[in-house]
Amino acid sequence: MAEKSGADILVECLVDLGVEVVFGYPGGAVLPIYDALYNHPTIRHVLVRHEQGATHMAEGYARSTGKPGVVLVTSGPGATNAVTGITDALLDSIPMIVITGQVPTQLIGTDAFQEADTVGITRHCTKHNYLVKDPGKLAGVVHEAFHIATTGRPGPVVVDIPKNVQIATAPYARPELKVHASYHPQTKADAAAIDAAVEMLAAAERPILYTGGGVINSGPQASALLRELVALTGAPVTSTLMGLGAFPASSDQWLGMLGMHGTYEANWAMNQADLILCIGARFDDRVTGRLDAFAPNSKKVHIDIDRSSINKIVDVDVAVVADVASALDDMIALWKQRGHQQADLGEWWARIAGWRARKSLDFAENGAEIMPQRAIADLYKACRATGKDVIITTEVGQHQMWAAQHFGFEAPNKWLTSGGLGTMGYGFPAAIGAQMGNPDSLTICVAGDASVQMNIQEMGTATQYRLPVKIFILNNEYMGMVRQWQELTYESRYSNSYSDSLPDFVKLGEAYGWTGIRIEGPQELEAGIRQMIETPGPVIVDCRVAKLSNCFPMIPSGAAHTEMLLDPSQVEGVMSDEAKALV
Amino acid sequence: MHIQEEYSQRHVLSLTVSNEAGILARIAGLFTARGYNIDSLTVADITDDHAISRITIVTGGPPKVIDQIIAQLDRLVPVHKVTDLTEAGPFVERELALVKVAGTGEDRIEALRLADVFRAKVVDTTIGSFIFEITGTTEKIDNFVALMRQIGLVEVGRTGVVGLIRGKDAN
Ligand SMILES: Cc1ncc(C[n+]2csc(CCOP(=O)(O)OP(=O)(O)O)c2C)c(N)n1
Ligand SMILES: [Mg+2]
Repeated sequence: MAEKSGADILVECLVDLGVEVVFGYPGGAVLPIYDALYNHPTIRHVLVRHEQGATHMAEGYARSTGKPGVVLVTSGPGATNAVTGITDALLDSIPMIVITGQVPTQLIGTDAFQEADTVGITRHCTKHNYLVKDPGKLAGVVHEAFHIATTGRPGPVVVDIPKNVQIATAPYARPELKVHASYHPQTKADAAAIDAAVEMLAAAERPILYTGGGVINSGPQASALLRELVALTGAPVTSTLMGLGAFPASSDQWLGMLGMHGTYEANWAMNQADLILCIGARFDDRVTGRLDAFAPNSKKVHIDIDRSSINKIVDVDVAVVADVASALDDMIALWKQRGHQQADLGEWWARIAGWRARKSLDFAENGAEIMPQRAIADLYKACRATGKDVIITTEVGQHQMWAAQHFGFEAPNKWLTSGGLGTMGYGFPAAIGAQMGNPDSLTICVAGDASVQMNIQEMGTATQYRLPVKIFILNNEYMGMVRQWQELTYESRYSNSYSDSLPDFVKLGEAYGWTGIRIEGPQELEAGIRQMIETPGPVIVDCRVAKLSNCFPMIPSGAAHTEMLLDPSQVEGVMSDEAKALV
Repeated sequence: MHIQEEYSQRHVLSLTVSNEAGILARIAGLFTARGYNIDSLTVADITDDHAISRITIVTGGPPKVIDQIIAQLDRLVPVHKVTDLTEAGPFVERELALVKVAGTGEDRIEALRLADVFRAKVVDTTIGSFIFEITGTTEKIDNFVALMRQIGLVEVGRTGVVGLIRGKDAN
């Protein structure tokens, strides 16, 4: 058998595994791998400006294409810079493989130059991780790493490769996939659980489907099956932040997002339902509000591929441990086989219509300032008018919630946001990754003035690879979400939440060879957005919006779904210590 | 505002895991990261080829937390099987302790007498001290140590609990 170096074995594996793009940054401990990638005929390397950027690009690539994202960084600071993105991928279940260089094996543990205990540091922010000390084992590990990252509940996997292992040789043949005997995610549901779920759904008088990112992770088939189940049952659908797009926002049966900044109708329907079918969501605290008041009179069915999600926060009546697509397929088949008909949900829908009539997403406008909600609504309108495939990413803050509320998604994999970790600095690199994977899509990062500065250096990356991404900044000159909480909780003492010394974003764009656009008032909004969309190449838009707008509706932390604040007049400006102590 | 504590119930968990680098850190770290208790943890490899280890963990928590602990452990890639011995049916649990006691005269005789009652073995003797080896349940060892404390306890080493399900079948 031919001998190959560890670096060549790694690159060979990446090719065998269908990797087309690697997001990375070189350094001493990965030089052999970079040499193996030099002028590589099929693997494209995207040189980032900061390793955190690489991880979010990989996430954006993965979330928008369904393929795993691959990152390559050096030891020590390269690896530690990647930790935030790895953790983000863990919390949002994004398949990602991070290859890190390591000091040579004989130096491990000696505090060598650029040594960090990468497997130690990433042990609890990865689905699994490896330190490979033998080039003969490298191929097996890399194949297993991809398998683990992409199957079951997806997640990030780190493969740490000491430099001498990259140089040493070993016999190489394409390995058979040999996975840990102990790794066996359950993808097919127990028949009894499916039976119970179908019968409860058929018998429900006030059902609601509460869907999440698991539907998207399960693949486009899962979204198609969800639509079929919704059509069969006539039930209303709500979704978490991570699940937007799995069900079309234009459907009559769509209630909008639920949770802290969800719609009045979605949260009230959750509260009043007699059956909650949770599909690939995990009862996050941003969704449930006060737990003892969460959906008090409902039976609950939970479909999740991860058994540890079940009964973690909310006790459920039926647990369906399975891949979403597989479970929905089974449920639909059984529903049809039993000849179930849509129940008469007329009364339920009438109540929902009552909640909808509150028009909880409405907002007041004064004509002088651009309301941030209007900016998103107009962006949505303009995007739809292009007829193009549109991918929206966001940073974290009010703008993220406004985008979730006012941009309608019709298909999965078009909405990329950091839900679990809430990582400022995610959105822009994620847009670059998404654009790499979808060269013809219109890719827009809806950003905040503060968040966008967290990975703004990646403008150079977009310029270098001629990626026509758009950054649409809702510039309120504040860390708006922090300011909002201070207004609600700390009597408007705005401690360190003002965005002082902002750069001139237009000039900054020009400095990187981008087009910069400033939108100052309502009369410029439509034209500015159109110009952004029509300008080829990357564009940064500084859209000046009302500075003190708050994001409503809102369930304050520690409150129940039924205690939503709908508008500023309901804000008291102070909170109990118990409420303050919640995140 | 004050932090509230939750009531807790003792469980003995038995895990089989791949015997690979970092496995113990993975498991111990999971407990600290998620705020679970470890009362004791033992580990040793148990197969001919040294490929599999058994880890026995004594933990505590409300039933819901115990369920979570099991599900979270089960999710780790190198974990083969997690059994809650406390729930799985009758099981045997043992712990070994070495107990050093110093004393003379009547104390020395009393120590030996108690050791006999507890079926502890003398594994080291000097004119002024004994080391006893005792095996049994955690409770039995606790009781023995408490009695020895009144006589002249010097120090104690304990292994932590190992346990197996009763009966002829492998778990
Ligand atoms: C890395 C990181 N640090 C801090 C936070 C806390 N945080 C959440 S939103 C926010 C403010 C975001 O401000 P901006 O990007 O301007 O968005 P806006 O809320 O104004 O729309 C902060 C600081 C975070 N989510 N992520
Ligand atoms: Mg802002």
